[in-house]
Amino acid sequence: MSLLAAPPHVPDFARVLRRLAALLPPDRLLAGPAQLAAYESDGLTAFRTVPLAVVVPETQAEVIALVRLCAEEKIPFVARGSGTSLSGGSTPVAGGLVIALNRLNRILRVNPAQRLAVVEPGVINTAVTLAVASYGLHYAPDPSSQSICTIGGNVAFNSGGAHCLKYGMTSNHVLGLKAVLATGEIVEFGGASREQLGPDWCGLFVGNEGLFGIALEITLQLLPRAEVFHTVLAGYRTLEQAGDAVSAIIASGLLPGAIEIMDALALEAASAAVHAEYPPDCEAVLIVELEGPREVVAAQRPQLDALIAASGPVEARPARDAAERAAIWKGRKSAFSAVGRLSPDFIVQDGVVPRRRLGEALRRIAEMSRAAGIRCANVFHAGDGNLHPLILYNGTEPGALERAEILAGKILHMCVEMGGSITGEHGVGLEKRDYLATMFNADELDCLHRLRAAFDPLGIANPGKMFPDGTAPALAQHGLHPLEKAGLISRE
Amino acid sequence: MNAPLQPTTLAELADAVRSAPRVLAIGARTKPRLSAVASDVTLISTLGLSGITEYQPDEFTFTALAGTPLREIAVTLAARGQYLPFDPFLVAVGATLGGTLAAGLSGPGRFRFGGLRDFILGVRFVDGTGRLLRLGGKVVKNAAGFDIPKFFVGSLGRFGVFGELTFKVFPRPAATLTLRLPVADATAATALLTTAASARWEIDALDLLPSADAVALRLAGPASALQILAAEILARFPGEVLSAPAADALWSDLRELRWTHPDGPLLKIAITPSQLPSLAARVHALSGRLHVSAAGNAALVSLPAPTASLGLPALMLRGPGPLWLDAPAAPAVVAAVKTALDPQNRFPSLAA
Repeated sequence: MSLLAAPPHVPDFARVLRRLAALLPPDRLLAGPAQLAAYESDGLTAFRTVPLAVVVPETQAEVIALVRLCAEEKIPFVARGSGTSLSGGSTPVAGGLVIALNRLNRILRVNPAQRLAVVEPGVINTAVTLAVASYGLHYAPDPSSQSICTIGGNVAFNSGGAHCLKYGMTSNHVLGLKAVLATGEIVEFGGASREQLGPDWCGLFVGNEGLFGIALEITLQLLPRAEVFHTVLAGYRTLEQAGDAVSAIIASGLLPGAIEIMDALALEAASAAVHAEYPPDCEAVLIVELEGPREVVAAQRPQLDALIAASGPVEARPARDAAERAAIWKGRKSAFSAVGRLSPDFIVQDGVVPRRRLGEALRRIAEMSRAAGIRCANVFHAGDGNLHPLILYNGTEPGALERAEILAGKILHMCVEMGGSITGEHGVGLEKRDYLATMFNADELDCLHRLRAAFDPLGIANPGKMFPDGTAPALAQHGLHPLEKAGLISRE
Repeated sequence: MNAPLQPTTLAELADAVRSAPRVLAIGARTKPRLSAVASDVTLISTLGLSGITEYQPDEFTFTALAGTPLREIAVTLAARGQYLPFDPFLVAVGATLGGTLAAGLSGPGRFRFGGLRDFILGVRFVDGTGRLLRLGGKVVKNAAGFDIPKFFVGSLGRFGVFGELTFKVFPRPAATLTLRLPVADATAATALLTTAASARWEIDALDLLPSADAVALRLAGPASALQILAAEILARFPGEVLSAPAADALWSDLRELRWTHPDGPLLKIAITPSQLPSLAARVHALSGRLHVSAAGNAALVSLPAPTASLGLPALMLRGPGPLWLDAPAAPAVVAAVKTALDPQNRFPSLAA
């Protein structure tokens, strides 16, 4: 055995580019500086890296060939959908490929009798529901960016949304998948049945943050669309009152599809952005939604209305029709990008605390934010304790981003200390990789590393995400994502 | 084979795993074929690791040691108006929480909100090197790290020994109502299952009964609504509303597997509704019986005597014969993951 360590692998970039040119036509192999600029960052706009090249496969066979090429050449690759990751999950790796999957956007099969759809990774989240709506079905996971984010990205990061308490996350809706692993192996996990035999490989793959490989075909379970909704928006003088209302609803035995809270700063942003009108002088707005067959909702509605009335709101407004319901959700889902109107830059956090400690968590965030002299808006999934503090800063001010990141770190530590998590639905990605060790000890991290190595022994699939290894990309000082500025995407 | 080791703390559980070159955890052995392994394997009983360690009704979560009987969990949850919506099997005969997770056995209630995979949140387990690890979380929403807790559903104790598990729970519906809807044959049953599953009724459970002559449809929610929904369903599919005692008996008999041949093979199969008629024909040709759950997605098959094949992959829970029938070929990564979690092959392979 040699006493010398093996020399570090030096990829032959010229050869890699030649091989790529043999695989793909020039219009689908982007390597010029201007072409690469659009892919330098994702929804975590504070980080940017220039990749070696961006490749745009159109078929599964091309994706497989690209991954195998990366394995042979030992160069990293990052799969990318619409680039909406808020944890920097699709930030490129220097010297690596970005495999843009947007053209693998076919809905391969819809089986209404079995309530499932088989889709390619580049299919947009809402496109699934659109394709199956005529059968009275829908795809439940609803991240706020759902009008633009892709199923492949949702699978990689186990995306959530506003309906997770009742319906779970992406993982709970993926029945099967075909993937190319970082080794080049093609695997099929799960299938068309809602039951499975043996370990839940599909469940393990979902949420891998791109570290295992690339999903090529995803079998999604569909649910019958709820017949009716009862959506109530209630304004409160204090956040505590809104929190108490949530506790009363949870204790009542009702299981609402969604329970959301927005604080005053988030309300200010949302009213400016989408001209939503909220009850005046409120520190918090609560949104609660019941759904189901009309007879069930009719029976539960008086119970919910009474609970809200007893919780002392300034005003409670039930949506009277579909348009009013849509307006309530539009205000909620646009809140994050709307905050861009209040501040040139912001960080979206994603910590989780036990739900009963939400009030305490919000008080401590407010104290930490005051002490740091940094404004912080709060939008959160109150039903499942998933906080989204929006930390506002001005990137052109020297040191502002660093100060914002220090506050973000303090909030994450608080979440872990309270028994929660550093991420509810955005994933660890690049942004929180240094905090993974606050949740897991050395042995547990070692276990996660071993698993990663089982799928990706070379460490070429999205290196630098989830684990604090690989090279850190440069922090950049710039504002909203271009698509966000254009109002095309929003963050959650 | 020696008597099983009996750890009573998580530290003792880790010691037990390290104490022998080949080990496998067992619970109450209500699915005995899953732990019928070679005689050189030291068994570790989790029955001494019993009890709910944390229950937060207002968080919809509880944490319990792996050997905790489901019965104890059901009683504790019921006292606070909550339940495990996936209706675990074999509650009365003492099945444990850990054994249920390892076997991947979700009952009829999984139709509405999902099975074990949709309610498991976190796990403390001992890996093949004897390390006690905690992965997943204790809150209802968590995306940090790979989802090992979900991976463990159906893992048969071959990748790690569970010590403590955290689950999500839900409020128990105010009322339930069960309809018995006769069907002429498996094809008619399939048509009924698929139609009802997509309907607006928000059905709680939708099962083809082992008698093969009827579908059981359970509604859950406010009592006043259920009566109206039931009337509409019966107008579409003739049948009857069962009395509360009859409904309880029906679901209890399914849950406790009282319909099965006591000594013959009992197999779990993942199916799709379209595979139901051919599976039913095959089972009936073998004089077997079949309980199909989740609108034609999960089947339990009971046979009077062993068979070589049912035409679909099947896992043997009970009775004589191999652990798997028609096991699908495993991709290379399966062995790599086994090595990652159990480098010395301390736990038996998934195949045996």
